[in-house]
Amino acid sequence: MALLEVSAVVSGYGQTEILHGVSLTIDDGEIVTIIGPNGCGKSTLMKTVAGLVNVWDGTVNFRGKDISSTPPEQIARTGLCFVPQTRNVFPTLSIRENLEMGAFLRKDDFTWRIEEMYRFFPDLALDPGRRAGSLSGGQRQMLAIARALMLDPTLILLDEPFAGLAPAMVYLVLDRVLEINRSGVSVLLVEQNARQALSVSNRGYVLVSGENRLEDKGSALLDNPEVSRLYLGG
Amino acid sequence: MTRPLETRLSPLSRLAGPIRRQWSPGHTTVAIVLAALAIGLLPFVHMGLVVNGVFLGAIIALGAVGLTLIYGILHFANFAHGDYMTMGAYVALFLTASFFPWLGVTSDGFGPFTFGFTLLIALPVAAIVVIAGAILLDRFVYRRLRDRGVSDLFMSMSSMGVAIALRGLVQMIWGGDIETYPRESKQVFHLPMDVRIPPDAIFIALMAVALVVTVYLVLTRTRIGKAMRATADNPELALVSGIGTRGVTWWTWGIGAALAATAGVLLAVFQGQLLPIMGWKFLIPVFSAVILGGIGNPYGALAAAFAIGVTSEVSTQWMNPSYKPAVAFAMMIAVLLIRPKGLFTMAGSGR
Repeated sequence: MALLEVSAVVSGYGQTEILHGVSLTIDDGEIVTIIGPNGCGKSTLMKTVAGLVNVWDGTVNFRGKDISSTPPEQIARTGLCFVPQTRNVFPTLSIRENLEMGAFLRKDDFTWRIEEMYRFFPDLALDPGRRAGSLSGGQRQMLAIARALMLDPTLILLDEPFAGLAPAMVYLVLDRVLEINRSGVSVLLVEQNARQALSVSNRGYVLVSGENRLEDKGSALLDNPEVSRLYLGG
Repeated sequence: MTRPLETRLSPLSRLAGPIRRQWSPGHTTVAIVLAALAIGLLPFVHMGLVVNGVFLGAIIALGAVGLTLIYGILHFANFAHGDYMTMGAYVALFLTASFFPWLGVTSDGFGPFTFGFTLLIALPVAAIVVIAGAILLDRFVYRRLRDRGVSDLFMSMSSMGVAIALRGLVQMIWGGDIETYPRESKQVFHLPMDVRIPPDAIFIALMAVALVVTVYLVLTRTRIGKAMRATADNPELALVSGIGTRGVTWWTWGIGAALAATAGVLLAVFQGQLLPIMGWKFLIPVFSAVILGGIGNPYGALAAAFAIGVTSEVSTQWMNPSYKPAVAFAMMIAVLLIRPKGLFTMAGSGR
């Protein structure tokens, strides 16, 4: 059984329908990348799965349970954690407070988990009292991912984690994402310029105008000349 | 997670380089300029007015910190805040002037203070009543509007309706005449430089300091306080982190209402009288402090409250005291022209 199964989901904002019946699945331990042009509904799909955008039709099953009408603060509890593309940290809170907020639902003493995140992203340990709003793009992305990991998720959704990062930072964050996946967390990635992401993904989906266009192995999508030309910038 | 994370770093991480602190000249410069101005003016100012302004500032601060929290977290300007203050003052009046004497407990002034010890009991009770009222109003007015997706502007307008209704309620129960807490005259403390401090002012300052410190500790040390700041920072991210809106909303109203009720009682003590319009009129300096301090920033509101308190008191040395609200407004406008986000907005807050 798939870990996450999105079937024929329709959703949007206000009166505007963005997703017109999108389906995808992620199995345990997989990295799956969604690519597609600007405005194809990638971010909307992420927000819909995370519960921030209402599902109008279709179902979202996570670990065998329908979460399509579950509010976002309950979805976090089920082990599905979301890292938005922008505004993904609490800017006036310190690094440590951001991690504490990531662990808001934990009832146990999670200090060890914070320490683990400091070891995993040593940049965060340099000055844990520093306000997240003053971090660089890469450090902010690390903090955003660390915040989402605080709840020990089984699936993490990353919305364009490499967008706007310096090339060296892209490799660093990619390396950490792979390590997170190796530790047993499934990863759903959304990327616009997605060569790196596809090269490390088990499978990929191409989303166009709120509909599925293609689905294949990550390497196969990279080799597909049409995908390469249309969606990967040649 | 099925196995612990491998925390060994990949060699690539060294490319990222260490974190460097960014320095922003913004608020340091502002603080130095303001301090220099204040010290320069000091020889020309009657010290008694400055001291009075600090006490007034303490009351403004109690109102402004709550109002700014409500704005930051619930995203609307609560025009009923002043009337929450009035409510608090009048509930305390009912307790000290009617309820406790009916029980046979009376007190006209204890220690050096003009008010009785019954006011110390009435204060927390008034706070609880106003907290309950604020949460009920949220449940039956604001939450319904929020659920319908009403814009922030309409939320503010409806709070103005709530303000008028509350004032009407006060007038209906207690009438429109001037009331006072049971009191007796007491000696004023004389300090050098012709400074006279009414003993009640010391009580006001102590209460204000204690409450502001408590709120600070709640916001920075407790789980719910951090969740409130997180929600103010980024409501969507708070939701996906599992921070429910309802608890945060209730705590915000609770803290805001408790501070407002206390400010109302202290204002009645400070002015020596209660009027149904007292809170509504006091909204002007409170709102000025909120805007001056950078909307949604409690530390800014705190500092701005004292700036406004002192400035508007000191202005009476040269101006008719009835222009005090105008001074608060003028300060607000001047700051909005120079630093539109308020004096104390931090650089890099990401807003």
